Amino acid sequence: MPERVIARLEDVSLAFGERVVLKNCSLDIVEGAITCIVGLSGAGKSTILRLIDGLIKPSTGHVYVRDQDVCHTSERELNKIRRSISLSFQFAALLDSLTLGQNVSLPLVENTRMAGAAIAKVVDKALDAVGLQYAYDNLPAELSGGMLKRAGFARAIVTDPELILYDEPTTGLDPISVHMITKTIMRLRERSSGTAVVTSHDLPSIYMMADYMAMLFEGAIIAYGPCDDVRKSQNPIVQQFLAGEEAGPIPI
Amino acid sequence: MNVLERVGERTSAFFEYAGGLTDLTASSLSFLLRARIRFGETVAQAYLLGYQSLAIVLLTSLFTGMVISLESAVQAVQYGFGNIVGTAVAYASARELGPMLTGIVVAGRAGSAIAAEIGSMVVTEQIEALRSMGIEPARYLVVPRLLALIVMLPLLTIFADVISILGGAWVAKTYAHIAYADFMQSARTGISMMDLDKGLVKTLVFAAIIALVGSFQGLRTRGGAAGVGKSTTGAVVISMILIFIANFALSLIFYGASA
Repeated sequence: MPERVIARLEDVSLAFGERVVLKNCSLDIVEGAITCIVGLSGAGKSTILRLIDGLIKPSTGHVYVRDQDVCHTSERELNKIRRSISLSFQFAALLDSLTLGQNVSLPLVENTRMAGAAIAKVVDKALDAVGLQYAYDNLPAELSGGMLKRAGFARAIVTDPELILYDEPTTGLDPISVHMITKTIMRLRERSSGTAVVTSHDLPSIYMMADYMAMLFEGAIIAYGPCDDVRKSQNPIVQQFLAGEEAGPIPI
Repeated sequence: MNVLERVGERTSAFFEYAGGLTDLTASSLSFLLRARIRFGETVAQAYLLGYQSLAIVLLTSLFTGMVISLESAVQAVQYGFGNIVGTAVAYASARELGPMLTGIVVAGRAGSAIAAEIGSMVVTEQIEALRSMGIEPARYLVVPRLLALIVMLPLLTIFADVISILGGAWVAKTYAHIAYADFMQSARTGISMMDLDKGLVKTLVFAAIIALVGSFQGLRTRGGAAGVGKSTTGAVVISMILIFIANFALSLIFYGASA
């Protein structure tokens, strides 16, 4: 059965003034698969997630989600598309005036007609998945960095979206939390259409969960394919990055 | 960069700002008209932005009423016009000073608070998070603040008018020996309900200016803590300028040459 593409970047370039962030990037996000994007810090990994979510528009090229061009869609239409996508932010981006429970329930309260009791049940489940049930009434300012990250993760999964975009979900977490988050991402993928795009530097975690891997270097995608194929790539830049060596073509 | 380029850049920035503010106004009004309102948050904002401004509004208005009375009462009594002091204070308070001072004080207090809060949310990616959840910041954040101020500013102005007249009456009694009853009688004959209504209509416009400029400044914040500070200052300055312009325009419409 041919693979279905849920999101697609087509020849996308993006520049902020003189600074070029992405150059002619094309990428297919396969439905039901976990696609990991790796690259040096500042390579444009998070930018790709924001492009898919329609939060920023490319300078040239197109971004499609379920065949809808998110670059040329009204904000109202985009909001409808966004309800089937979740973005888990690198620094959680929880609303600091709301408790953890209110933050996690926010997309359900605002975008659905679910009853309060049903929302509470779903939120409990999401918090349980990240081990934060006990912190329901805490404000974000009362949580540690790792807890905030897991809370952001809970908010991303609570709506049961078709596509989840994880911006560095494991960075700054202890090994147990990294394992828990990685396992949760894999578990969610096992649902019918649980597709994920993950940006990360954590190679062991990526090798554990990735079906596909893309590597960004200087704004361009220099390698993309099934994870094992990219790991075996003969490209010296990919080899140096994956081996974590100082010597090689990547300027440090 | 030569002068022409600078003028071009400033002009472009002005129209970009005006366009953005108009866009935010249109989308906020659209949510308001479709009754897509968060009532709980609106009440909370009415308390924070309105009720908590009451003390400073009362204080400012009290002393302003007292000053008008002080400046006019002694002179007026000397020349035998003591019976118009109440009219002067009430007229100035209801038509101009009540709405204007309340607008300016609330612009300083609430406008800056709105810009700072929303600006902080921008730099910590909270606004981006709202958008990524399909929640419009205009509906979620701007509409409650706009509605809260539209309700609270006229109420604050009524309190401001009353305290200003009472302050004026006390000064007139103390320094010019004008009886309270005479002062109040003069105040009652000097202003009509229409004057009060027109003053209150002005405050509706001022409320919209404060809420929308504060929110817009917050939403266009860039560059961390320094950016939040810049947005906050900008919100107060721009709101005040727009309040003065709107006040003149509304006076011209309401009172024309007879003002």
